[in-house]
Amino acid sequence: MASAACVPRLPGRAGEKLAEPATVPYAPGVAAIVVQGLRKSYGAVEAVHGIDLTVREGEIFGLLGPNGAGKTTTVEILEGFRERNGGTVSVLGHDPANRDREMRARIGIVLQSAGVETYLTVSEVIDLYRGYYPHPRDRDELLALVGLADRPRVRVGSLSGGQRRRLDVAVGLCGDPDLLFLDEPTTGFDPGARRQAWEVIRGLTEKGKTVLLTTHFMDEAAVLADRLAVMNAGTIVAEGTLDEITGLGSQDTTIRFQLPEGAAPPDGFDGLKPADRGGFEFSTADPTPALHRLTGWAIDSQVELTDLTVTRPSLEDTYLALTGQAAERAERTP
Amino acid sequence: MSSDLWLVPRQIRYENRAFWRNHAAAFFTFAFPLIFMVVFNAIFGAQEISAGVKAATFYTPAIVAFSVVNACYTNLAMGITAVREEGILKRVRGTPMPAWVYLVGRMGESVLVGLLLVLVVSVFGAVVYGVPFPFERLPELLLVLLVGSACFCGLGLFVSGLVPNERAAPAVVNATILPLLFISDVFVKLPPDNALAQVANVFPVRHLALALQSIWTPEASGALNLTDVAWICGWAVIGLLLALRTFSWEPKG
Repeated sequence: MASAACVPRLPGRAGEKLAEPATVPYAPGVAAIVVQGLRKSYGAVEAVHGIDLTVREGEIFGLLGPNGAGKTTTVEILEGFRERNGGTVSVLGHDPANRDREMRARIGIVLQSAGVETYLTVSEVIDLYRGYYPHPRDRDELLALVGLADRPRVRVGSLSGGQRRRLDVAVGLCGDPDLLFLDEPTTGFDPGARRQAWEVIRGLTEKGKTVLLTTHFMDEAAVLADRLAVMNAGTIVAEGTLDEITGLGSQDTTIRFQLPEGAAPPDGFDGLKPADRGGFEFSTADPTPALHRLTGWAIDSQVELTDLTVTRPSLEDTYLALTGQAAERAERTP
Repeated sequence: MSSDLWLVPRQIRYENRAFWRNHAAAFFTFAFPLIFMVVFNAIFGAQEISAGVKAATFYTPAIVAFSVVNACYTNLAMGITAVREEGILKRVRGTPMPAWVYLVGRMGESVLVGLLLVLVVSVFGAVVYGVPFPFERLPELLLVLLVGSACFCGLGLFVSGLVPNERAAPAVVNATILPLLFISDVFVKLPPDNALAQVANVFPVRHLALALQSIWTPEASGALNLTDVAWICGWAVIGLLLALRTFSWEPKG
């Protein structure tokens, strides 16, 4: 903060922090992360093309995008692992490029894949990492939180994949961070374990913590994230709440059904086309009358509609449309 | 900085605990030099390696030198490569602990293992082959061990930065050290005017071996030559400078 002394003092309330000219103003209680015009190149290839991003304090922010979209690069710049080529970044008021110790004491990082000391026990690993932080969280509390309370004396090498991942999360929480970076936290979890993990992550925000979640599971993002950003090819193609983002895509409802073998599909439904497993589907902005006509046709023709489903556009549909993967997927589907 | 220093012994304690729990690795770390000692003594047992120096007398300090190289260079280089590729280095770097504490802790553990190995080899030489431990030269011995450990830790750190992935580590590490061990009066004694010995003189292993020989066999090797110590110190500096250039916190593989 020495440089703040060089900045001319503007009239302001006592104790008000003056923004440093080169960095984004940090607004305690408002934004945990502020990114403006962030750019990063690897050689001649620009991986991140000047993105803006704001993560509010106390929210779970989901960063989505296909592999190679620039998510990991962005997050690693925020974590202080990589240097940027342009733009301003503020993480809890610090420029992560300086790798300030105070910043690292206030963040927790759960990397996508990072080892731990295989020959130490679960509680030894927790104690080892707790010792790195000025205000560590209680060990037993951490183990209980991630569901490893019954395995404190088990060697890390003997844990299952899911248990290892839960230990990763516990290690990330050792310093009782104000901001937690979670990179694909539930990859490899069974459905029950995922739901438990979601409870843990949601529980963090009840304590006022902020979470930046990177994931490619749409259901995870939909369940957890207060706000989302979708990255594609180095830019942010959508940002907002779940409703705002799904609102960007088509609002049409899709109706799918199957017919008995040999039955001819009905006429008069615009856009009716063959779907997976020999079924049919069409999309409509007015699902109620369309369903009425469809079921009426089925009763009149004495045809059984099996596997009838009515789906509103999901985050996944919008995501695929936004990231240009919908076309690819359609091509793969016979 | 000073408040971080207490983190170093703590780091060493955890590293040490993990080291001994890997029973197979720990056992062979200690058995390896002893096996060499037994084999070389079995081959050259009846001969004099140089004027007035029996095989057992030669191989005790020679294997002490090998122990330092093995613990600090070979084991450290492979160990650092492994923790880098597993992502442990990256994880540690994301914590508020200064990352140098981790590396110093890791090197400290290697030095401790090296010193223990030196003790085991010395006792083995004394008890099995009747080679007296040079108690009267203890300060010089400690000096040589200290600079030797620092030198090979630095070089180990440097070489780990050259290793592209964990599977390549044994090949790279062994290929860089084994030839040197053969021409540096560790496995085989070469006449000082031998061309290979002259080549070895450029590198630190022979200087470590000669320094240790002079401590165990001063009557044959003369007093500790400070030029040897200086060479080792020089390589310690070179190793650390090179390590700064090659070192990576991120997995490379």
